[in-house]
Amino acid sequence: MSVPEIPEKGAQPGRRWVNVLLGSGLAASVVSFLYPAVRYIIPPPVAESTNRSVVAAKADELKNNTGKIFKFGSEPALLVRMADGTYRAFSAVCTHLSCTVQYRGDLHEIWCACHNGLYDLEGRNVSGPPPRPLKTFEVHVQGEDVVVTRNA
Amino acid sequence: MKTAAATLLALMCVLGSAGADSGGSSCVNCHLLLEDARVLNPAKLYDGDIHHQAGLTCADCHGGNPNDESMEAMSPAKGFRGVPKKAAIPEFCARCHSDIAYMHRFNPKMRADQLSQYLTSVHGKRLKQGDAKVATCVDCHSVHNILAVGDTRAPVHPSNVATTCGRCHADAAYMKDYKIPTDQVAHYQKSVHAAMLAQGDTSAPTCTTCHGNHGATPPGVSSVANVCGTCHVFFAQLFEKSPHQAAFAKMGLPGCVQCHSNHEIVKPTDSWVGAGPNSVCSTCHTPGDAGLRSAQGIAQDLARLDLAIAQADTVLDSAERAGMEVSNAKLELSSAREALVKARVNVHTFRDAEVQNVTDPGLEIAKKADQAGVAALRELNIRRKGLGVSLITILVAIAGLYLKIRQIESKPQA
Amino acid sequence: MSTLYRRTLAWLDERFGAGSIEEFLRHKTIPIHRHSVWYYFGGMTLFLFVIQVLTGILLLLYYRPTPNDAFESVQYMMTQVRFGWLIRSVHSWSANLMIFTAFVHMFSVYFLKAYRKPRELTWVSGMLLLFIIMGFGFSGYLLPWNTLAFFATKVGTDMGGSIPIVGKWMLIFLRGGEEVTGATLTRFFGFHVAVLPGLATVLLAMHLMLVQQLGMSVPPGVERAIAEGREPRRIMPFFPNFLLRDMIGWYAALGVLGALAAIFPWELGAKADPFAAAPAGIRPEWYFLFMFQTLKYLPSKVLFVDGELLGIFGFSAAALVWVAVPFLDRQIGFGRTTRFFTGLGVFVIGYMMVFSWLALR
Repeated sequence: MSVPEIPEKGAQPGRRWVNVLLGSGLAASVVSFLYPAVRYIIPPPVAESTNRSVVAAKADELKNNTGKIFKFGSEPALLVRMADGTYRAFSAVCTHLSCTVQYRGDLHEIWCACHNGLYDLEGRNVSGPPPRPLKTFEVHVQGEDVVVTRNA
Repeated sequence: MKTAAATLLALMCVLGSAGADSGGSSCVNCHLLLEDARVLNPAKLYDGDIHHQAGLTCADCHGGNPNDESMEAMSPAKGFRGVPKKAAIPEFCARCHSDIAYMHRFNPKMRADQLSQYLTSVHGKRLKQGDAKVATCVDCHSVHNILAVGDTRAPVHPSNVATTCGRCHADAAYMKDYKIPTDQVAHYQKSVHAAMLAQGDTSAPTCTTCHGNHGATPPGVSSVANVCGTCHVFFAQLFEKSPHQAAFAKMGLPGCVQCHSNHEIVKPTDSWVGAGPNSVCSTCHTPGDAGLRSAQGIAQDLARLDLAIAQADTVLDSAERAGMEVSNAKLELSSAREALVKARVNVHTFRDAEVQNVTDPGLEIAKKADQAGVAALRELNIRRKGLGVSLITILVAIAGLYLKIRQIESKPQA
Repeated sequence: MSTLYRRTLAWLDERFGAGSIEEFLRHKTIPIHRHSVWYYFGGMTLFLFVIQVLTGILLLLYYRPTPNDAFESVQYMMTQVRFGWLIRSVHSWSANLMIFTAFVHMFSVYFLKAYRKPRELTWVSGMLLLFIIMGFGFSGYLLPWNTLAFFATKVGTDMGGSIPIVGKWMLIFLRGGEEVTGATLTRFFGFHVAVLPGLATVLLAMHLMLVQQLGMSVPPGVERAIAEGREPRRIMPFFPNFLLRDMIGWYAALGVLGALAAIFPWELGAKADPFAAAPAGIRPEWYFLFMFQTLKYLPSKVLFVDGELLGIFGFSAAALVWVAVPFLDRQIGFGRTTRFFTGLGVFVIGYMMVFSWLALR
């Protein structure tokens, strides 16, 4: 049975370099594995997917009887602050041909500029071509944020 | 048969008159026992009639004495009016229906001008001239089982109007002498409006929406655009300011109907614009004239934007499927889609510049969205750079390991 | 040996006898002969399993196992979390690599007859581990809740349902109901992160202890050559020689994984819609393809037996025989390699490869 002998210390001139190479190679590779893992573990600035729930506005951002278009997932949505200060939120995709609707403070209704469609503040299609009401979302005010969530 | 019935009738009336007061329903009681459908059906049907529900009896329209079980109930001396002749039907109904004070007892919002409207209509005018084939109140509203307009079973409910009008107007044999087409209902059934109605959208137009109901008269050539414009507001406004308005008026062409037809109004496509095989512009315009060139320009604008949107869509979809974040770009692209919708509205200005005003910004947006999608897909590749770094460290480590092994095993084995 | 090492070892030895363990491992040797290269595959499979556990734990930090959130959480991971795409792609690729090396390891053990006495239990525990690994693959595949995964799971679990008596119950147990729903997802998640890891740990511990206890098996041909003096008996210490070579292999595997993750990233797909029609060409993952294809070729009825049922029974019987090979191969106990079992092995590999290829056409 033969076992390769371990050479005496210092017997090989290149031994130190091999150790350095091996050590640095191992260390560098470990760092290149740990770096992504560590960055991964740190939560991203947007803590949750914005498909289900999103902060649509700040609590004092909208005046009464105004609306704001915001991004919800990859579709536009409409946040309306009513005359009494409460909020309503709808999908801003018109049910006729998918143009983006807007809030008309003068009419107190939601209007689509493409073919003059109108929705009331419950989202119901009341005039013009839209065949179906707008999808509604839930709105909650959490401290400084107005949060819009999809209905379950 | 008739003698038997008459005998039976006489017998019952004699027997009946021996009895007491029949509570105001002697008409129905007797008529229900008869066999002739012409006199039996009114009694059978009347339960469902809206007048019955309002508390009116046979006598309220036909006169006579509903308490009298004998044939005396139907004596003209006692006020019996009997069955009105065809030409007298409108006035028969209008006895109440034109009396506002009377009608408001039942429905304060009810209109009371149906007769005056009817007399202005083609039906009304011809009736007065002695034509017995035209429609009167009972031809559309039915009789003895009249239902409210909002009742889906009523012949005059919006979803049934075309069928009701078609009973005469689609009957070629019946309409032989009138020299007007009888294919309107057939055309209408193929239209977008009929489809909407079939889906339950009662705001969709049917015959009476454009022609009127009691004052039924087809809109004139010069005013049909106003009719369409009641719902299709933007299109009517743009058309009015376009070069076609004056041109059509001069040539006596019926506005919207010229391109969109009157009854068979179908969903238009982009291929209607321009000089292609489906083009409506080519109906009047000839190759080389300025109008057709304009139309071709418009068609190209629409096609370009449509293509740009489709392209951006494909790229963004594949980026999303690969797992890249493109929701912002997709949101932006919806603005481009909106531009295309608005551009199709602007077709009705019939000016290329007006359409380009809308399609050009749309093209910009679509191009940006496409670029975002391409960038996202490229991002997938940029990761290879990071890979390169870690591969180098791995190769160094492997080299180190290999050399270490050689070093350890360099001494010859004993 | 450095003093620090010696002092640490002595400290541990006083507490649980670490000294004898260290002594044993220090003297562990690997036989060297022309088939030694196959010895690497067991360690490689273990290494990839460790990668799976580590990346799996990282994925657990963001994943949500409900139908409303699963796809979105994976999407979030891939688009918002830094290097999320890398962790996810490495996990998916490493799974496939691990199953591949597991099969190579299993077949190399088979052909080198390492299952013979006294290593029958190592073989059995290894086969069970292989089934568990395939279970990991099947359960993990559903978790992103995309169209492909959803319908592949539907088709896969459908096959189990055709077994008489137990089939229906098995189907309901696997799916958490009659159909593939959110309940299935939750259940598969439980299998994937708790049940299967638990079972795998127990079996792995058993498998590794047996390997340490019994040492590496030398193929009968080589043993005979050594006994007859035609070949010298060569060995190599495990520490550090074989281990260093192992590490080269592991680093190479890491390089391959990184390259695959960056150059062929794992697709996200589209969210599963249970009410949509199944897209054309739904297939299970490649390691199930040969079974899938066999079932497709079986006629719907063979005599009076349902064709699919026959297929399932056939495979179950084959698996049973395969696991029992150490007990069936009598000749090997006498050091005689029979052509039958070698041939059987070649047939099995050939069958799997041919039918997988057919499924991909």
